[in-house]
Amino acid sequence: MDLFRSTLMRGALILAPWLLILGLWYALRASGFVDPALVPAPHQVFDRAIELSGGRLWQDVYMSTQRVFIGVALGVTAAVPVGFLLGWYKGMRSFIDPVINFFRALPPIALIPLVIVYFGIGEVAKTVILFYAAFFAGVIVMYEGIAQISPIFIKVSRTLGASDLEIFGKVIVPLTIPHILTAVRVALGVAWATLVASELIAAQQGLGALIQDASAFFQLDIIYVGIICIGLIALLMDLALRAATHRLVAWQDRIA
Amino acid sequence: MSAPTVATGAPVRISFDDVSVEFPTARGPMRVLDGVSFDIRDGEFVSIIGPSGCGKTTMMNLVGGFVEPTQGKVLLDGKPIAGPGPDRGVMFQEYGVFPWLTVKGNIEFGLKLRANRASAAEREEITTRYMKLMGLADFANHHPKHLSGGMRQRLAIARAYAVRPQFLLMDEPFGALDAQTRSAMQDLLLEVLQTEGKTVMLITHSVEEAIYLSSRIVVVTARPARIRTVIDIPFGYPRAENVHEDPRFAELRAQIHELVMQEYAAQSRQTVRIGD
Repeated sequence: MDLFRSTLMRGALILAPWLLILGLWYALRASGFVDPALVPAPHQVFDRAIELSGGRLWQDVYMSTQRVFIGVALGVTAAVPVGFLLGWYKGMRSFIDPVINFFRALPPIALIPLVIVYFGIGEVAKTVILFYAAFFAGVIVMYEGIAQISPIFIKVSRTLGASDLEIFGKVIVPLTIPHILTAVRVALGVAWATLVASELIAAQQGLGALIQDASAFFQLDIIYVGIICIGLIALLMDLALRAATHRLVAWQDRIA
Repeated sequence: MSAPTVATGAPVRISFDDVSVEFPTARGPMRVLDGVSFDIRDGEFVSIIGPSGCGKTTMMNLVGGFVEPTQGKVLLDGKPIAGPGPDRGVMFQEYGVFPWLTVKGNIEFGLKLRANRASAAEREEITTRYMKLMGLADFANHHPKHLSGGMRQRLAIARAYAVRPQFLLMDEPFGALDAQTRSAMQDLLLEVLQTEGKTVMLITHSVEEAIYLSSRIVVVTARPARIRTVIDIPFGYPRAENVHEDPRFAELRAQIHELVMQEYAAQSRQTVRIGD
């Protein structure tokens, strides 16, 4: 009974801020400060979402998610070895660091015009932009994490008789996994933001394209559906990754 | 005076032969060890005591194989030391227990390495034995984040012991523990040594700890560390717990304390202070 009540309590607490947002949304419409025609009501947006889910919505969600996955997978795959080398061989860092920071500071969106020139407006172009975004976000997280690995573990392993190869496989790899997971999380966030921007500019499918198409016809409720979908998917991805992190690196003192 | 348990005729295992160590710094080489010579014989428990930051840890790193002498030789069974190895178990100040492995996984770690590969049955037997000995059996599948400081310490000892080193090198191993745990760990160490018989080099700045555990104490000077004096401890093993009450204990404590305090005073007169 207590368990049931505490579960109910938790559910209520999780729902509370969302209900508050809904309440504020209705209140804003009712207040008269804004023209109700410019702010569709939550239930109208919901109805539109139901309607769209019978049409293009799933395809848009699928396309956007797929692009993010491919971009992040490629970007992080490249970022892990590069970030590892930079974190491990500290001498390399002083030369490579400024280069990485230069490219990282460029918002990927700023590169979209160039990418269109070189790669067109197809899937390759989007993959290139997302790769770029995911790689530079991931590489920083990786190498800062690796650089923080305490040398004591290596020293201890040597005194126990470990060879270089054994130290790599049995000490460095396990210590690297949490940083890879963090890199994936950060890369996902950045890639998702970049994706929508790139779809807004040039795409026929995807949530960004959905929003762009709707804005051409002033269909505000569809724009809201698109925005809510983007937030929802990002939230679900983050939750899934957090759950994976808890399972894979439960040994950590602090888990983000 | 009761005879020390270690016969002076026991073979020399570790030998410092006029050893000096210099580390490069921005202001030129800094000498941390200066012409140190002494021997550790088989089965001896030798403590190195001196002011903190004087270069004691460097002495352990020399034997551990992490540092090479700038001059002189450090010999292990008559041969120069060529890097770390499982024959010398090292206990570091920061215990360095592997956070991603369970208690059992930590103890097994060394036994799964090619250098000292043991069969699964043998591994199980050794691991179980040390978990029992160190009071960790109930925590076999726990990760170190759930352990107290004293338990992590015991885990580090168990892990070092599991690969059956002939030497135990300990750098202030009990420094971070509270007084009770520290005293319990000292007794546990003596107990284990009684059954396993190892040659031990302990770095400490606690005079009492050194007297209570050692067969010999090497007092070193402020940096650069030289040997100030070597003192034989007249108490045998197994060591009586009430050895603290022996009048000779108090005499030794006063004598060594005085020496160490003189070195602290010398150190504070030095203007350049760089951590060891």
